[in-house]
Amino acid sequence: MFSIVRTLWDVFLHSFQRRVTRQYPEQPAYLPPRWRGRIVLSRDPDGGERCVACYLCAIACPVDCIALQATEDSNGRRYPEFFRINFSRCIFCGYCEDACPTYAIQLTPDFEMSEYKRQNLVYEKEDLLISGTGKYPGYNFWRVAGVQIDGKDKGQSEREEPPTDLRQLLP
Amino acid sequence: MISPHPIAALIGILIVVLSIASGLIWIERRLLALWQDRYGPNRVGPFGLFQVLADTIKLLAKEDWIPPFADKPVFIIAPAIIMVTVLMSFAVLPVAPGIIISDLSVALLFFLAMSSLGVYSIVLAGWASDNKYSLLGGLRAAAQMLSYEVFMGLSLMGIVLLAGSFSLTDIVHAQQRIWFIVPQFLGFLLFLVAGLAETRRLPFDLPEAESELVAGFHSEYSGMKFGMFFVGEYLGITLISAMITILFFGGWMGPVLPPIVWFLIKTFFFLGLFILIRASLPRPRFDQLMAWAWKLMLPLALANLLVTGAVLLAFYR
Amino acid sequence: MNVTAFYIAAAIAMVSTLMVITRKNAVQALLYLALSLISVAVVFYDLGAPFIAALEVIIYAGSIIVLFIFIVMMLNLGKRATEAEGKLLRPRMWIGPAILAAILIAEVAYLLARGNTTAAAANLISPKQVGMALYGPYLIGVELSSLLLMSALVGAYHLGWHKRPKPEAQDVGREYATRIDAGRDSVRVGSDRSAGAA
Repeated sequence: MFSIVRTLWDVFLHSFQRRVTRQYPEQPAYLPPRWRGRIVLSRDPDGGERCVACYLCAIACPVDCIALQATEDSNGRRYPEFFRINFSRCIFCGYCEDACPTYAIQLTPDFEMSEYKRQNLVYEKEDLLISGTGKYPGYNFWRVAGVQIDGKDKGQSEREEPPTDLRQLLP
Repeated sequence: MISPHPIAALIGILIVVLSIASGLIWIERRLLALWQDRYGPNRVGPFGLFQVLADTIKLLAKEDWIPPFADKPVFIIAPAIIMVTVLMSFAVLPVAPGIIISDLSVALLFFLAMSSLGVYSIVLAGWASDNKYSLLGGLRAAAQMLSYEVFMGLSLMGIVLLAGSFSLTDIVHAQQRIWFIVPQFLGFLLFLVAGLAETRRLPFDLPEAESELVAGFHSEYSGMKFGMFFVGEYLGITLISAMITILFFGGWMGPVLPPIVWFLIKTFFFLGLFILIRASLPRPRFDQLMAWAWKLMLPLALANLLVTGAVLLAFYR
Repeated sequence: MNVTAFYIAAAIAMVSTLMVITRKNAVQALLYLALSLISVAVVFYDLGAPFIAALEVIIYAGSIIVLFIFIVMMLNLGKRATEAEGKLLRPRMWIGPAILAAILIAEVAYLLARGNTTAAAANLISPKQVGMALYGPYLIGVELSSLLLMSALVGAYHLGWHKRPKPEAQDVGREYATRIDAGRDSVRVGSDRSAGAA
């Protein structure tokens, strides 16, 4: 009997306690920088697409929500002809980011992507591409990769030595 | 016997009672949230006040589904019974001097009769649904409400002895000198517990018991039929709070403020108490519930009646 | 006394009682029975006996019929019961009761036709009067019926009493003691040392 009254009183005292609810849309939630949210495709510092359409992200994806088609531009740079992520399938596991050799695909701290139509959750390349470098400023895949493209011959990459002349016997 | 303006009182009480009952849905959710350190519904309109409206629209727009295996006429009539019985009880409540629909000489018995008829709603809903969980809920409701009705009536007999009348108006007038809560404190506690059990409020919500009976008697109900049960429950709480006010706390009496305001203040206090009890106390086991009714509450009610009668005989002959 | 209300209530009582007899579904029949009792309560109220009307609803409609429904709900009556009910409604089954009822109706009609009916109580009977009558001139009746109810209560208690077989007495203490006894045989700390080695 006394315990019942005591319980009632203790619960009543909660009227004067601070509420723990966060008023979400007005008080946005803090998201850590490594939050795995909306997926973006980033660009090189010089503005070119980082993605080289290697398909590693599509292979790594456990729910097969990434679809792309590789092609090559006149400079010899590979890039995706289309790049499509179905966010109604995506589970935001981040495996695509891990798999990406060029830091192109990145997960960002943003989850507010509700839609009234499911079709609208299929993001195309123009929806995914951002104008900046994302989490890795200054990294430029085509500057460090030993691949020959227009305007950069073999051995001209950063920290790359000129190619060895195989016909010469001197070391 | 009849109040000066029965039709005006009828319409006024009906509107006020129905708006209190639906407003309670919002009040309860806000208060529960307050006591659980949350906010509760605060999006629709100022302070979330229009939540009730939104809920109503949602309920009305839902599919009104009657299961093919249900006993159709009984299934439909069950939710109506609870609304009718509870609303009928409001007809005999003296809200303030002159504001009463029908000043019945056996108003207290009428209230008990209506609350005992309210059992049908739950039992029939459980039976007509033809679902084992609903049936169990209906059985529990029948046993629980029958048992608690017995000492609900008995707990009030002390008041009848003190006031010398079954008329609620006379009972309020008899509390000029002292509220009946003082001489009848035990009766008040018993009535409070019985009222909780009669309205199937949370510590005694065994007929629905979401966690064991998947909402019990109204598992199969949807749309506005479910809404009737929902509103019926809140009407029941309002009724019990108003009855406690009338029987134990001097009804409309109070200094300075007009009588109707006093009545509303007291009633809302008990509505808050009901919600606080819901927020705090866990549900007992069913055998505990029945054991309390027959082995604790009933003897206490009888003893209360006996002592009250003896004291009255000894000192106020 | 409101004549219109009286006749409406009486008509409802008769129709619903007829429905009680003709329904094949037990729960529906009981529902009509409750309706019949409520309309009889209205008749009582109309005749100036509000106390009896309220008690009729509380006790009969509100408690006893609910108990009946409770039992019927637990019985799980299926199609077979409905068919059995259907058999009961064949003419051969109800011809006897119908004749008896007809005699009763004829009797009532005769009495009514003679016009020798006492007028219904015009004055209102308050609960106080009922109480005075019950505990005054009819005290013996009240006491007798309370004795009857008491015996019914005792009988119900007796029927409901299960003598539960006592669970096997598990003497925890003794079990523990035997374990200690067994422990006495086992090697104790230090018992492996010879007395001289210490």
